[in-house]
Amino acid sequence: MAELQFREAIRAAIDEEMGQDEDIFVMGEEVAEYDGAYKVTEGLLDKYGSKRMIDTPISELGFAGIGVGAAMNGLRPIVEFMTFNFAVLAADQIINHASKVRYMTGGQVEIPIVFRGPNASAGQLSATHSVSYDAMYAHFPGLKVIYTSEPADAKGLLKSAIRDDNPVLFMESEQMYGLKGEVPEEDDFTIPIGKAKVKREGSDVTVVAHGKMYHVATQAAEQLAKEDVDVEIIDPRTVKPLDMETIVKSIRKTNRCVIVDEAHPFGGLAAEVGYLIQREAFDYLDAPVQRVTLPDTNAPFAKNLFDEWLPSPDQVIDAVNTVTYRK
Amino acid sequence: MAKKKKNAEEVSFTPTGTGIRTNGEIIRSTELPDPTDKNHDDLGLSDDDVVDMFEQMYLQRRFEERAMQMYQKGKFGGFLHLYMGQEAISTGTTYALNADDDIITAYRDHGWGLVRGVSPKEGMAELYGKVTGCSKGKGGSMHFANVDEHFWGGYGIVGGHIPLGGGIAFANKYKQNGRVTACFLGDGAVPQGALHETLNMSQNWGLPCIYAVENNGYAMGTAVHRHSTGEIVDRADGFDMKKMVINGMDVLTVYEKMKEIAEDVRENSEPWFVEIRTYRYRGHSMSDPMKYRSKEELEEYEKLDPVERIKNYLLDEDIIDDDKVEEIKDSVEDTVMEAIDFAEESDFPEKEALYDHMFAEDDYPFHT
Repeated sequence: MAELQFREAIRAAIDEEMGQDEDIFVMGEEVAEYDGAYKVTEGLLDKYGSKRMIDTPISELGFAGIGVGAAMNGLRPIVEFMTFNFAVLAADQIINHASKVRYMTGGQVEIPIVFRGPNASAGQLSATHSVSYDAMYAHFPGLKVIYTSEPADAKGLLKSAIRDDNPVLFMESEQMYGLKGEVPEEDDFTIPIGKAKVKREGSDVTVVAHGKMYHVATQAAEQLAKEDVDVEIIDPRTVKPLDMETIVKSIRKTNRCVIVDEAHPFGGLAAEVGYLIQREAFDYLDAPVQRVTLPDTNAPFAKNLFDEWLPSPDQVIDAVNTVTYRK
Repeated sequence: MAKKKKNAEEVSFTPTGTGIRTNGEIIRSTELPDPTDKNHDDLGLSDDDVVDMFEQMYLQRRFEERAMQMYQKGKFGGFLHLYMGQEAISTGTTYALNADDDIITAYRDHGWGLVRGVSPKEGMAELYGKVTGCSKGKGGSMHFANVDEHFWGGYGIVGGHIPLGGGIAFANKYKQNGRVTACFLGDGAVPQGALHETLNMSQNWGLPCIYAVENNGYAMGTAVHRHSTGEIVDRADGFDMKKMVINGMDVLTVYEKMKEIAEDVRENSEPWFVEIRTYRYRGHSMSDPMKYRSKEELEEYEKLDPVERIKNYLLDEDIIDDDKVEEIKDSVEDTVMEAIDFAEESDFPEKEALYDHMFAEDDYPFHT
């Protein structure tokens, strides 16, 4: 095991996979000469050259579509978006093409492509740079969606995503690129897409949290532990396919659930997981499921408002208190 | 109170377009360049090749005429965008390219499919939504495809497939396999940002791709001069890209020019931007009453009919006689009627097929 930053774990996954498959290439804004806008791809141009590390103009729709076409014709592209906020411009290529061409052609075409980059908010970037897109893409059949929370997961899941023969959206958080964690070094280390993980065992309440919210939930759990509340944290890791089995198993044990989601409340992952819990574990619930999400507003710039906007450990603690009827 | 400066009537958004103003006159919405003056021998085509070209074009025409009838009888639904009038382009291009060169097009794709290896039976069955269709009943009229024969299919989002064509060419360059990609789009896709973005990257990276606009005069019901400024082909200038305007009503011209271009692309790995001027006889789709153009305009173009033109060429050159023409037509008619019988007799996909072809793996856990 090595201690790696999140960005280094992602880089290691790309590097290892590129090293063993000539058909893999990286394309995106600033991925090559600039060494990556967030330094994820640092050093890869030197190692793999300009055939396989390709700088693009600021044309998200165009290069995402070129990636899809290249995947159709036998390559395995990793398309980096500087942030998924810009990738909205490429949504046609992802939603109307990558996800549908296999189906529309009756299975004649395979599209092994990974779209990756930072998702959701960073610090004070205002409304257009702070949106969480995992639930939006998960809405559409034909796409797999991953939003990881820790370096080891990032490496194992990205390697699986690159090896997957389907379009995969792999989401990171700009605020987590410097986060460190123990990461296995083996070339064959992968984590299967679609498997949640019990990241903290507990008996009193299940907290479901992915991406950046996993860390918010962890802070809340540590605080609650001091008050003798034993929190179990499940990180779904993969938004789609979603591993409800692991979540339901935990709820059968704790009988209470809080979902923490970095997205807006309407139609997000929290809404979907909440529905599935009442369908699959209604009789095990001792309290209505609570969720902690962003408000139904855009991201503000002002520091105080931005802090208020993002889900906080205190909000998670309040929600836990509600489902446990403590306060 | 502020005084109104202008009456609403004084403000207008009259298109300045490609400069063609009809003022009630019947003029062609696109000026056709001259067809080639070379005969098929000069172009390296055998007599059999030209006969086959005629047969391929007549098959596309007859297939669609019958498809239209079946649609009107309510035999199948969905959109039906007919290619009639444009058959010289699909046929001339297919002849000009190698069998393993790649072709991708938009939703007006029946002609392309038929000339690129989708059998009439598989094509008609796809229109009917039958499991025997070329896309197993999952695509319909807009999504004919035959990937084994390097026909990547028709695509339904205007302009959306242009980057895919660029990507197919990108992969060919990456693999250095010498294949040329031909990405066809309609004039209605020219104003899309997808074209601008793709042309820029294609020229910058030297992608071996021909971006070919089938300018049939109308984007749905909007005449080309009402939706595009300047000459379409001049879009290439901003990218310093090689360009050409081609007469799309003559199959030998399309063959000659596309062959030249394809050879240049293969040799230099540089893209081309081509405007092929043509005309579509039918509406944008079957729901189009065609109020935007006159009967006289349509008749003007029908005088240039590409299928009649190659037939007359064959007769004039004494390659075949009237009897042979009738024999070919009868044979094509039989083929099309057999395709209709095949489509009608074929089964719809099983209900379980709803979930087929979504993912590479068979055991994907679908959300319910």
